[in-house]
Amino acid sequence: MGASAAPVQTDRPSGQDVVTPDRPWLVICWNDPINLMSYVTYVFQKLFGYSFEKATKLMLDVHHRGKAVVSSGAKEKAEFDTYRLHAHGLWATMEHPS
Amino acid sequence: MPDAQRRVRPTRRGEFEIRLPREELEVLRSLPAQLREILPTEDPAVGRLFPPGYADDPEASAEYRRLVRDDLLESHLEALRVMESTLDARRLTEDQLVSWLGAVNDLRLVLGTKLDVSEETYERQMAEDDPNGPGLALYFYLGWLEEQIVEALAGGLDPAGTQPGGGSDQAPTG
Repeated sequence: MGASAAPVQTDRPSGQDVVTPDRPWLVICWNDPINLMSYVTYVFQKLFGYSFEKATKLMLDVHHRGKAVVSSGAKEKAEFDTYRLHAHGLWATMEHPS
Repeated sequence: MPDAQRRVRPTRRGEFEIRLPREELEVLRSLPAQLREILPTEDPAVGRLFPPGYADDPEASAEYRRLVRDDLLESHLEALRVMESTLDARRLTEDQLVSWLGAVNDLRLVLGTKLDVSEETYERQMAEDDPNGPGLALYFYLGWLEEQIVEALAGGLDPAGTQPGGGSDQAPTG
């Protein structure tokens, strides 16, 4: 698919058959002093299908670093995920790195 | 936790057994109506349930809010409705317990915001004459109950996850 974020050396001529995907939108979850750690982990698992391990790591990133990227993708996906996090009481925002 | 203390317990049939003492039931019964009353208002604590969509783009956040506000409000109201209408049930389906979780979490969020809860709140000894004493006691009770609900529901999740590779490092779909 050639959709990896890192630039890859290829011998394909540029501009032919190569679609450069848009930079993905990021959904960021922010730390807050109210939501329970177990609840945040549960929501990451439930909404995104993450393993317990991955959801726990993200929750701890949010807790210790203040925020973490919890999902990414096209704008519509970022909006949908942000909405779902809000519906679950988590403080999330989306952004498009330029 | 000793079984006698446990309020929420999964059954073998995929449902959940609820055991709430009468005094806790009465407390819980009074709460959804209070939140429902202030949900559609501009009460600052209720703002906690309607976060901005963007960290530093008020214009885009206003547009996001315009798009989702009604749905978000309805999803919060629906959770309160389900909790109210099933409060006396001894057994809940998973969907019903998920609604309880949403309602209890919303109640904690709004109450905690009103009480100005911070990380220090959890380390501080509550002073005897703290005017927020009853509110904080309720806040901690809701947290204690929510832990049990999360534990019961999380037991039904696939521990390995459905996206072993993780979603955040996948290629954008669009």
